[in-house]
Amino acid sequence: MAWQWFHRLGSPKWFYEKTTAWMPWLLSISLLIIISVSIWALGFAPMDAKQGNSYRIMYLHVPTSIVAMAAYYVMAIAGGIGIIWKMKLSNMVMKVAAPIGAVLTALALFTGAVWGKPTWGTYWVWDARITSVLILLFLYLGVIALQEAFSDQEMADKASAILSLVGTVNIPIIYKSVDWWFTLHQPASIKMTSSSIASEMLYPLLAMIIGFYLFFTWALLSATRSEILQREIKTKWVKQALLQKA
Amino acid sequence: MSSNSRYSNPGPSSPRVAKAFWATLKRDLKIAIRHRGELANPLIFFLLVITMVPLGVSPSPKTLALLAPGMLWVVALLATLLSLDALFRSDFDDGTLEQLLLSPQSSYINVMAKVFVHWLTTGVPLTLVAPLLGVMMSLPEAGYIPLLLSLLLGTGSLSLIGAIGAALTVSLRKGGLLLSLIVMPLYVPVLIFGASGVRAAIEGFAYNTQLAVLGSFLALAIIAAPLAIAGALKMSVNN
Amino acid sequence: MANSKDQQALAISLDNIACQRDERQLFGGLSVEINAGDVLQLLGPNGAGKTTLLRCLVSLSQPAVGEIRFNGQPLNQNLYAYRSQLLYLGHLAGIKSTLSPAENLRWYAGLEGDDVNLEERIELALKDVGLYGYEDQSCFNLSAGQQRRVALARLYLSKARIWVLDEPLTAIDKAGVAKLERRFAEHSASGGIVILSTHQDLQLDTLKQVDLQDYLPTPEMLLGGL
Repeated sequence: MAWQWFHRLGSPKWFYEKTTAWMPWLLSISLLIIISVSIWALGFAPMDAKQGNSYRIMYLHVPTSIVAMAAYYVMAIAGGIGIIWKMKLSNMVMKVAAPIGAVLTALALFTGAVWGKPTWGTYWVWDARITSVLILLFLYLGVIALQEAFSDQEMADKASAILSLVGTVNIPIIYKSVDWWFTLHQPASIKMTSSSIASEMLYPLLAMIIGFYLFFTWALLSATRSEILQREIKTKWVKQALLQKA
Repeated sequence: MSSNSRYSNPGPSSPRVAKAFWATLKRDLKIAIRHRGELANPLIFFLLVITMVPLGVSPSPKTLALLAPGMLWVVALLATLLSLDALFRSDFDDGTLEQLLLSPQSSYINVMAKVFVHWLTTGVPLTLVAPLLGVMMSLPEAGYIPLLLSLLLGTGSLSLIGAIGAALTVSLRKGGLLLSLIVMPLYVPVLIFGASGVRAAIEGFAYNTQLAVLGSFLALAIIAAPLAIAGALKMSVNN
Repeated sequence: MANSKDQQALAISLDNIACQRDERQLFGGLSVEINAGDVLQLLGPNGAGKTTLLRCLVSLSQPAVGEIRFNGQPLNQNLYAYRSQLLYLGHLAGIKSTLSPAENLRWYAGLEGDDVNLEERIELALKDVGLYGYEDQSCFNLSAGQQRRVALARLYLSKARIWVLDEPLTAIDKAGVAKLERRFAEHSASGGIVILSTHQDLQLDTLKQVDLQDYLPTPEMLLGGL
């Protein structure tokens, strides 16, 4: 029984038809959360004792960093499933997850830099966390470049799946190494204020993280759906689906 | 049939895995020795870039000594990277790569033999030349032994990890730059621990932690990398 | 054959194979049984999918549809046993030009884990393909036909019983072709299998032919009833 479900999930057609109904819901709920939490966080959450109002960019920086990291694992797991069970759909998910993850990572870097200016007085600091996020961006760019370099889609899928799996093994090692490197070189003056966070600040942050996860899910699904249409363009059901749309 | 003895199977023979490993090892070493000129290229690159540092930064021994551990490591890493593109290229072009993958022995063995030769012909020479360049970079005396040891352990991981990138890009005509792009982020941990081992020794601290970590990276790479390399090679010949 | 009892049976079966290249279906519905002693010639115009099929047969690629079995088991579950019996000559010769013919053959023998009387047998094999006296020259100095012969020398050296040969007769002169035909006959008589693609007419009693043009994809396959 479980296998039947698994095989159906692997069918692009089934996936496409099943997710059609979810899309508007996912988008509207995630936007609703993100917008209302933004108002809550910008207008009503208390000011930070040390950083003043500038800390509020945390509500963008932290969720994007977390989801950017998660997106890498989504990509790698999808790639692994694609290699082991030769599931077409998961290869498509892997392919579209890479650019989405890269954009989120770039956003995390950008918000980090904006946050850094008032806190540290400079846009760029070789802080352990920022350095790790930068390397994560390089890992994403590598997967995207590899995916683009092959003209044969099947080869592109296999190559980027192998690379993202290798990256997955490496990410914890890279993070630990960078952490260790940072503790060696850390100047005493720069320290994150992460000791404890007041619950009035924490709740909007958690809500924002959920909002970003939902938005990521929507982006991933809608990109997968258009990838499905592109790759299955020759089949009857896609032609019918496109006609219905038009 | 008179020729029967020539073709008939002699029955299960002794350790075939070791024979396949040695056959590939010997073959690649022979080829490397016949192309001696190419062996020197990464070393010359190493020397050239290190020569650029005093010209670009400052000839003051104090400044150079500060930069030495990191620079020597970064440039050794780049030199390895440059040599990687050729690792599987000629085998791919003349068809011996697909023959190697069709060998009944697990591709792990043959891949290990190839990467081992790559390490012998790039990692080891780079390691041996590094102290010489250390002199040019005014590396303090305490740094030489850790430099040798960390490079010896670290270049092994560099060859193994780099071979994954080489295997992924071997079927692409213009894979060189892409190869660097996908491999370099994976080199970060090796660089951090290699360079910091040398620095720790210069500053008078123990550096065995760094060497131990480099050793464990190497162990992990020996176990896992050949699987990824073999998978990537199978993908590359399947077109 | 008298000595066939100590050799296990060989059987390759292709079950409803379809292959595609760059999303284009080449052929479909191909089912063939290949048994010990068979010589199978693949026919078809350029681009019909002969090379693609041969690469599937040696497990370098996978067919889009269908299954290839060796002694009743799917190939990928029986890979070691299959590859221990396999000799493949692709359209790339698989010869390192920096090495001499003898060195090239030594590597192949090493991959098979074979070193009984090796030097003597390599010399004989090179003599058989007319390269006697060239064994220590670098292959770089040999002509295209001679390089091809180095690869063909494997047919006289290897103990593999399944030969999969992609256009083995290109760049080979008439006398060479006749000699190879005798080698194929010998191999088939001793219970081996030869699968090859060539446009030449072969004079062999055990010859079976498959023309890929008989298996052109049907309109349903092309329209993707999947």
